[in-house]
Amino acid sequence: MYPRAFHYHRAGSLQEAAAMLAELGDEAKLLAGGQSLIPLMKLRFANPSHLVDLNFVPGTAYVKEENGTLRFGSLTRHAEIEASPATAKIPIIHDCAAGIADVQVRNRGTIGGSLAEADPSGDWATVLMTLQTEVRCQNNKSDRRVQLADFIKDAYTTALAHDELVSEVAVKIPPAGSGGAYLAFKRSAPVYPTASAAVQLTMDGETCKEIAIGLGCVGLTAIKAKDAEAALRGQRITEKTMAAAVEAARAAAEPQSDMRGSADYKRALVSSLVKRAIAIAVRRARGEQVEVSHIYA
Amino acid sequence: MPEAIEKVSIKLTVNGKSHSLAIEPRMLLVELLREAFDLTGTHVGCDTTYCGACTVLMNGAAVKSCTVFAVQADGAEIMTVEGLEKDGQLHPIQKAFGDAYGLQCGYCTPGLMLSTAQLLSQNKRPSEKEIRKAIAGNTCRCTGYQNILKAIQLAAQNMKGA
Repeated sequence: MYPRAFHYHRAGSLQEAAAMLAELGDEAKLLAGGQSLIPLMKLRFANPSHLVDLNFVPGTAYVKEENGTLRFGSLTRHAEIEASPATAKIPIIHDCAAGIADVQVRNRGTIGGSLAEADPSGDWATVLMTLQTEVRCQNNKSDRRVQLADFIKDAYTTALAHDELVSEVAVKIPPAGSGGAYLAFKRSAPVYPTASAAVQLTMDGETCKEIAIGLGCVGLTAIKAKDAEAALRGQRITEKTMAAAVEAARAAAEPQSDMRGSADYKRALVSSLVKRAIAIAVRRARGEQVEVSHIYA
Repeated sequence: MPEAIEKVSIKLTVNGKSHSLAIEPRMLLVELLREAFDLTGTHVGCDTTYCGACTVLMNGAAVKSCTVFAVQADGAEIMTVEGLEKDGQLHPIQKAFGDAYGLQCGYCTPGLMLSTAQLLSQNKRPSEKEIRKAIAGNTCRCTGYQNILKAIQLAAQNMKGA
């Protein structure tokens, strides 16, 4: 399959890429890892007249720990994040990076590209919404920092202006006593999940001091399950409070019936994934090493 | 729709051989390999980033060549299945796939062998779980994967100390 013909522009810096976007206007799109965009172009769902290639911009792929924050260059590949020892500080990030699609896609796909694409079935937004995440957006003159919750606006829609791009993703390292887990259920490795759940919490003894729950693939964007969080925040995690949280998460999901399953099936899946993710997050908060991977046959 | 698309000049190395040429920006890496270089061992299966039949190594990393524009391979080293054998001798991965009957129709095999090549370059003694994870992006509709697992284990054994 051939995409529609387009003009190719290779940016030498992020600033130059932003300037190209400003000059070329709405007909231009950025090419990062291309693992969403190229298939969309081949199917002719996306038909940009101009592609601005970011892959040759130096210094855009990194994982750095600075002042209690992990900083990811926007062109950092999922595989690089999976392999980075720095993500041991935030295991839920490793869960996400190591499970996205398959080896080949993780070798190409980027964290910045995934967020900017804002696919309703993407993994990163679901995970990063449970952490304190800032998305650094820049045009050719200035830059600004946008909280992730304000960055994702709708399906395939972000706060980026047409001449802006993502330069960095910054995630605050959670305090001691924190743990998280991301579980995605997929029919096979290369496909998008049917549903996913991200849980990040901080324990104070037996009490859940702080908790964030994100649900993926069951709405137009990742969903923050606020009622489910409220059911556990400040509470001991018992069978009763857990059941209330799981029920609230199920109610927060807004799935559509499609080839991946019926809406009811996906709600049931959300309940099960949230329950398991909470249990793993609590164990990790206690310092246990728990290996987590996306679930598929 | 833009008119008069300018071609882009690229240089790349494929299986150790350097090439310079001008291509249309929308040309996919898999088409460059198959159509321009006649390296038809790299297969097009699903053409939608699912099946992995088009897997090649780009600077040592397995990629689905149906989902990379050829212009993005500018300056890169590409290895296809044709680059595995040396001086008429099968690579140990190729030999193991034969010896362990790790293929039936053979359509997915080049992609699987290159995913195996990336795995064994990073992990000399992969566990069964690690092998399964490494080939999760390669679909085989014949074998049921059992003999593929055996072939990769055999290749890992035979390559030890190589």
